[in-house]
Amino acid sequence: MKAPFLIVATGNPSRGDDALGPLLLARIADWLAGSPLASRFELIEDFQLQIEHALDLAGRQRVLFIDAGMRTPGPYRFFEIQPTGDMAHTTHALSPEAVLAVCGRIGNEAPPPAFVLCLRGESFVLGEPLSTTASHSLAAAFAFLVRVFEKTEVADWRAASYNSN
Amino acid sequence: MTYSLESAEHPERLRRVAIDPVSRVEGHGKVTILLDEHNKVHQVRLHIVEFRGFEKFIQGRPYWEVPVMVQRLCGICPVSHHLAASKALDQVVGAKRLTPAAEKLRRLMHYGQMLQSHALHFFHLCSPDLLFGFDSDVSRRNIVGVAAEHPEIARRGVLLRKFGQEVIRLTAGKRVHGTGAVPGGMNKSLTPAERDELLGEIYQIVAWSRDAVHLIQKVHSQNPALYNSFATVRSNFMSLVGNNGQLDFYHGSLRARDENGKPIFDGVDYQDYARHIEEEVKPWSYMKFPYLKLLGKEDGWYKVGPLARVQNCDQISTPFAEHERKEFIDYAGGTPMHAPLAYHWTRMIEMLHAAEVIKELLHDDDLLGSDLMVEGKRQHEGIGVIEAPRGTLLHHYRIDDDDLVTMANLIVSTTHNNQAMNEAVRQVARRYLNGHEVTEGLLNHVEVAIRAFDPCLSCATHALGKMPLSVELRDAEGRFLHALNRQ
Repeated sequence: MKAPFLIVATGNPSRGDDALGPLLLARIADWLAGSPLASRFELIEDFQLQIEHALDLAGRQRVLFIDAGMRTPGPYRFFEIQPTGDMAHTTHALSPEAVLAVCGRIGNEAPPPAFVLCLRGESFVLGEPLSTTASHSLAAAFAFLVRVFEKTEVADWRAASYNSN
Repeated sequence: MTYSLESAEHPERLRRVAIDPVSRVEGHGKVTILLDEHNKVHQVRLHIVEFRGFEKFIQGRPYWEVPVMVQRLCGICPVSHHLAASKALDQVVGAKRLTPAAEKLRRLMHYGQMLQSHALHFFHLCSPDLLFGFDSDVSRRNIVGVAAEHPEIARRGVLLRKFGQEVIRLTAGKRVHGTGAVPGGMNKSLTPAERDELLGEIYQIVAWSRDAVHLIQKVHSQNPALYNSFATVRSNFMSLVGNNGQLDFYHGSLRARDENGKPIFDGVDYQDYARHIEEEVKPWSYMKFPYLKLLGKEDGWYKVGPLARVQNCDQISTPFAEHERKEFIDYAGGTPMHAPLAYHWTRMIEMLHAAEVIKELLHDDDLLGSDLMVEGKRQHEGIGVIEAPRGTLLHHYRIDDDDLVTMANLIVSTTHNNQAMNEAVRQVARRYLNGHEVTEGLLNHVEVAIRAFDPCLSCATHALGKMPLSVELRDAEGRFLHALNRQ
């Protein structure tokens, strides 16, 4: 039985602020470990979003993608996304919107409601630790998510995205 | 083999077109093209503008951390780096020969990596160009467009990739950052339940891989004039081959052949790589230009990867892939095929071979063995070579008495292909851009040539919003003339 909520965090932990996604996921895992909500969530960490993540989305009530952003407003942006095929500029990696689109095309069901939490980073240099800005982004995003996770309705998440932007 | 179009005589008098970044390849590269007032091409370069500082990053770290750390070089073939490093460090711990269980588990992991990477490249990155045409509507030239018009092809692409990732997860512990291989062997065995889980799917995976070979074979046969000539550059080939000259992705000796298929060297122990391969540095790219010392800089560059491997080997050990290899060799007319688009065909033959090897390994009782580690006399240096999805991958380390890395040298697959990719884009520029107005469709021809090599230019940094594509045309004084944007 799949957990109803899926969180997919992407990033390379060796590249400065690109580690924001994996680090936030680790915090969420620690927090969930002592929470009655634990069984409602599945957590996935990867370098990049790939086509097979579309299969992970199937059968979920909701999906949250977490990643670092270069020019995103700080400390983070939380917003709902829709499927799109607009991905001509990507590398092997897919955008969250494209993963949703692939999910919708190859499966027999519409993709679940999906949100992105994009944390502001500044430096993505190999071997560097988190920047000060990214550390602030991480703390603020975690506090925000804890509040969001306590609300189960998608309307509440949409309201949270509206209020956070 | 020439360096024509590498350097124009008076670049300051020419106008410059840049494709920056090159899209649907891994990482950040750019192509610059210098044209005169009649749109005649004078200079074309593929620049690699990311600096991969891993050799320095690794220095000072304990050697046993390295197989896990180096996976962070790449989000696409982390297992290849994991295993190349492990092979190098096997020598440091004195493990001259692994236990059967350990070697077969590593092979299973590696062939899973080959399968998933080849599936991803073919179905996700290249099938849009092949199915819709190089200058078709850019908005559908992606995997979502393929899913819309060819849902079954897209679905198989996703499931093939997913299966390869499952093989990796079960052998390495995780889909990424796995810890399965360690210096001297493996730290994780496969359970009967895990093996049976993979066995339940492998026959379907083999069948789909055969279909994929037939799909690309059909694409070639429908337009041989294009597929056999597009961006074609003649060169030497290099790859590992197994003890009997067979295709082997995990271990073997180095073999090089010239553009006509004549042997340059064979049976070379890769511990002696430095005697045979030199790397040239050029000021306009972070990526080095390797060449075979025997032939020198001008004539010694070569191709690696599927096109080299399938034509360099004497046979393939699995029946379906061997049948397809012979079909390919017959199609090429008995002489080496140099067309970059033939990389796709040979890549699918390799994917089929990987699926067949996985099937064989899953039926091998050694795979479930629990004797996984070997140790011997400690060494201070180790070299590991593996055939990664994109070609020959070399890791070389020196370790001090405190077990810390003092030197690391990595020659990655894409680096071997650097000169070949440059020559391929020059061919395309000469044929398609010369004297024409630059359009998005024509620029995609340049990218199609690069994509055929499946280059991996990155270290898996990919923050949202970091990869826009814009092409600007400026005159010799830098004045803006024209722009194309892909959002």
